[in-house]
Amino acid sequence: MEISNLSVYYGKRRVLNDVSVSIRPGKVTGIIGPNGAGKSTLMKAVLGLIPMSSGTITMDSGEADPKKWRLTIAYVPQRQSIDLTFPITVFDMVMMGTYPSLGLFKRPGKAEKAQTQKWLEAVKLGDLGQRQIAALSGGQLQRAIIARALVQETDIFFLDEPFAGVDVVSEQIIMDLVRDMNRQGKTFVVVHHDLSTVKNYFDDVVLLHSDHIVYGEVGNVFTGEQLKHFYGAEINF
Amino acid sequence: MEFFSDIMNYRFLQQALITSVLVGIGSGVIGSFVILRGMSLMGDAISHAVLPGVAISFMLGIDYFIGATLCGIFAALCMGFISRKSPIKSDTSIGIILSSFLALGMILITVVQSSTNLYHILFGNILAVTMHDLILTLIVTLLVIILVALFYKQLLVSSFDETIAQTYGINTQVIHYFLMVLLTLMTVVSLQTVGVILIVAMLITPAATAYLLTDKMSRMIVLAALFGIISSVIGLYFSFTYNLASGATIVVSATVMFCIAFVFSKKNQFIFKKEQ
Repeated sequence: MEISNLSVYYGKRRVLNDVSVSIRPGKVTGIIGPNGAGKSTLMKAVLGLIPMSSGTITMDSGEADPKKWRLTIAYVPQRQSIDLTFPITVFDMVMMGTYPSLGLFKRPGKAEKAQTQKWLEAVKLGDLGQRQIAALSGGQLQRAIIARALVQETDIFFLDEPFAGVDVVSEQIIMDLVRDMNRQGKTFVVVHHDLSTVKNYFDDVVLLHSDHIVYGEVGNVFTGEQLKHFYGAEINF
Repeated sequence: MEFFSDIMNYRFLQQALITSVLVGIGSGVIGSFVILRGMSLMGDAISHAVLPGVAISFMLGIDYFIGATLCGIFAALCMGFISRKSPIKSDTSIGIILSSFLALGMILITVVQSSTNLYHILFGNILAVTMHDLILTLIVTLLVIILVALFYKQLLVSSFDETIAQTYGINTQVIHYFLMVLLTLMTVVSLQTVGVILIVAMLITPAATAYLLTDKMSRMIVLAALFGIISSVIGLYFSFTYNLASGATIVVSATVMFCIAFVFSKKNQFIFKKEQ
């Protein structure tokens, strides 16, 4: 995926300025940067959730219509955006991931239910499907939201801060699954804030701060010198 | 049980019963989406906003259904316009639209001096329901049920998680106005039954009652329709027997059911604690 000269404004405030980055297919890429650097914005702009004021995005698949290639990306937004009081069970929420493949009128049937159960089990929530979503712990809920994206069975996954406020066990389950699916050729792009795990989790890294961007293999980019530049302080790993 | 023998005997009472049951079903279905999307106040505003449309229809000599519907949709567009173009908070813009349309409607109806009684438009007069009203209500209720069933997936996901709905390629703006149109149509056919002032209660009270009793959206819609029917029938009984405004009796019935559900709902942890 090639992002060229992307700029995004929130009202009059410029969040991303002329940013270009290339994301390699079949890799797990971490997007790292200080708070307010525009990490989530970059993701949302690619997904079409916020308008780009300039820039182009080219997909490796060669598909030119954004409406079509956007459906090849499954997205996990930050967890706060979920309405926990909504009358919906964990199973039904995860099954929503099958909707894009169903077309305009078709309802989820046996195949979709089996697919949903399969991914619920993959995130180790196989027996909690009938609970209302607020009856899950933070980590369990995050796994359910990840399962909803995995059910889409797309080639590319965008995860926005998937480990924020998540317990160690859930983080491990999610990361194992990411690695597992990556071996099957899936591409993952993850907004991440915990610098201590970057080297273990990612193949490639994008360091971002508004109009400044560096990207490449983790060993080349994630260096003390670059971090000092991006975070404005000495950070050692 | 004089009421039941009267139903057998009087055609106007049969029409009133069928119409109120239809209104109960349709507003329960739409109302479920209204409360989950936080549009209760918006529903209230649209129901008040149809009033000038009723008056203008009389002036022009057209069916009140057309004028009221167009007027309601116009109000929905106005509210959307204000909140898009200005930093005014949405409850403020809703309040302005609601009161100004109601005020305009009251002036116009008084000026027109139509045969329609303002009191009946405001508070409902179900016993005056005509065959024409009944058929309109039937069409709108069927339309609501069919469209909600057809687009249930899109409505569910966009009500629950708008961001995710957008990544699924769903145009959430279209869904919003689609619901607004259905809401307006339902409001207009409820005019005769519950009246402008109390329509919002028919939309939200049975739906809120249903919400307290289930964790599944599809079940909530069915329950809301059921509670809508029960309150309509009980309300009609009291309206007919004691010569009371039908809107008021129907809404009080719906509220009694809400209170019972409120006390016994596991969601409120009032009597029954939620099992963890």
